[in-house]
Amino acid sequence: MNIEGKKAIWKDYQKEIADDRFFYVRSCVRQNFFPGSETAFLKIMRDELKKDVYEHPCHTSCTGIGYHSDIVPVETTMTVVARQFAIMTEAGYENLMPSCITSFGLYTEILDTWHHFPEVEDKIRKQLKKATGREFIKPKNLAHASDVIYKFRKEISAKAKFRLINKNTGEPLKVVDHIGCHYAKMFPSKGVGGAEYPYVLSGMIEEWGGQVIDYPERRHCCGFGFRQYLVQANRGFSVACSREKFESMQPFKPDMIITNCPGCPMFLDRWQYVINELEGKRYGQNGDGIPVFTYEEVAGLVLGYHPWELGLQMHQTNCEPVLDKMGIEYSPDDKYDLGADTKYSKIPKLINVGF
Amino acid sequence: MSKHVIVIGGGVAGLEAAGRLSKAGIGVSLIEKESKTGGHLNNWYKLFPDRRDSVEVKEYLDGISLIEGIKLLADTTVEKFTRNRNHISVTTSSGQEMDADAVIVATGFDLFKSARKEEYGYGIYENVITSSDLEEMFRNGKIKLSTGASPRTIGIVHCVGSRDEKVGNLYCSKLCCVTAVKQAIEIREHLPESKVFCFYMDMRMGGAHYEELYREAQESYGVSFIRGKVSEAGETIDHKIVIKVEDTLAGRPLKMELDMLVLMAGMEMSEGGRKIAAITGLETGDNRFFAATDNHYGSNRSNIKGVFYAGTCTAPMNITETISHARSAVSEVMDYLKEANK
Repeated sequence: MNIEGKKAIWKDYQKEIADDRFFYVRSCVRQNFFPGSETAFLKIMRDELKKDVYEHPCHTSCTGIGYHSDIVPVETTMTVVARQFAIMTEAGYENLMPSCITSFGLYTEILDTWHHFPEVEDKIRKQLKKATGREFIKPKNLAHASDVIYKFRKEISAKAKFRLINKNTGEPLKVVDHIGCHYAKMFPSKGVGGAEYPYVLSGMIEEWGGQVIDYPERRHCCGFGFRQYLVQANRGFSVACSREKFESMQPFKPDMIITNCPGCPMFLDRWQYVINELEGKRYGQNGDGIPVFTYEEVAGLVLGYHPWELGLQMHQTNCEPVLDKMGIEYSPDDKYDLGADTKYSKIPKLINVGF
Repeated sequence: MSKHVIVIGGGVAGLEAAGRLSKAGIGVSLIEKESKTGGHLNNWYKLFPDRRDSVEVKEYLDGISLIEGIKLLADTTVEKFTRNRNHISVTTSSGQEMDADAVIVATGFDLFKSARKEEYGYGIYENVITSSDLEEMFRNGKIKLSTGASPRTIGIVHCVGSRDEKVGNLYCSKLCCVTAVKQAIEIREHLPESKVFCFYMDMRMGGAHYEELYREAQESYGVSFIRGKVSEAGETIDHKIVIKVEDTLAGRPLKMELDMLVLMAGMEMSEGGRKIAAITGLETGDNRFFAATDNHYGSNRSNIKGVFYAGTCTAPMNITETISHARSAVSEVMDYLKEANK
């Protein structure tokens, strides 16, 4: 592979990313899947990078999951999104920073639609005014939260306590970057690096010491695909998609996978367990799975955050192999210790669900 | 008083036009941006449909460039263009100022830059090459992978940069299908053990003897033609190319592992042509090629009096058509000069 060819493409796909004063909108599902990620993100932005990041309690779902599942009509979706813009306007912010890839894709799609069909925007403005009395200014800058971490990857690297390097061999960790489909596949110019060879996560991996793996099914969906999973009868297809990716990446012996979408880490993590149960196959080295991380978790590890505070115990494919390679110390006994005042026991009732 | 015509472009069309004008007793200045004439023909091995060596046609054209009445200005471009009442003034990159009674624009085409079809990985994956790269391999007699080994499975992708809204080229480049057929046969001749798969949208075999060549490729050389557009290419750990394509006749998706992928790059208005358009005010069409004033009986005529077109600067053409178009441009110039004398 000729990296210069990729660099030439990356030059064509650079986007403007705001520097400060972000209006952060959380994902509907991430707080259930990997609850430490958004918390870690806010800590990095506020405490490490000293950025102004604002959250509003009245922010709602963007309806993206319903929209892409053909449940919510597009005009309803647009009006809900217009309300998010109105809340941001009222709060005095201009730089929208969604946590969710589908929200990012949806906001991008709606702004593009309004650009080409201003009469639709007028109609939505009227509907929002009629329904809520609100008005809005469109975002001055729209960047996914992973774009922002990409922008500040060097600052994070400067504060790094650990790097994506195998401390035993001194070699870079081999990292698969998996980009959410709604990040750039619909609007390549809106993603760092474009749609075919996205650079948003690759840039972080390179900066933090890792080596990016390019494998044949790199572009393939993680398997979530909304209706592939939401419709129960399709779930076999969902796991088959994930399997396709694992089979394709396995020869490259990846140490870990990094994702920037709410659904991707969930499915790439959980389906490894399912495939192990169904076929007895594990794709990692030494009988392990391939640990799957969100980019916030990886940034947190690089900055020296404690793995259990990052919520890595929520992963079904154990993350310990990567922690060991990076030289991060942890206590296995504390993995499920949620604090003395919780009603939960230290060890989950259902044990051995991970591997 | 003798007449003087400037021909811009020393490829097939420019050389043919210059030769014909010179034979008619007209002084010709031939401006060529490269150090040698011949254009894309210099990079080709054998020509379709009869697979004669391109050197034979090149020798014919080289003969023209040596004609005494033709003043060749190599490594030269046109920088300034002015249309006066009775003549046209041109300033070259070397600072030379020339007056002419007429100008023939023969700036040709550029091959589509295949890296723009990012999903095919040209310039990234080592064993993804273009039709032009393959011609060079034929000329050197070595069809090799990046490792130096001979490929055993080769895929050929038609319509790369042609009939493709995504890259802004809605038109058909017309010659890629027959080039793919020719190259598939040549691969089989060079590597009899190899398997060749052509992935096409439609087989557009409109030229003389093209259809026969297509049949020969299937019957005598066992080339497989699969109707479907390749959606993406990736690379395995041992540098094989994995492609995804839909076989639209079988009605099912395919995933194939190939040793080599060849991209049939289409034709685009040349960079030199775009520059000429910008400095002269010559009109271009939606396809960005020069727009003739009439598609039926005035395909050599431009919107500027005394300026005429020859060859692939107006549309994709094969060599036969290019030479005919250049001759008709000369005919138009002769008529124009006669009228100007009245």
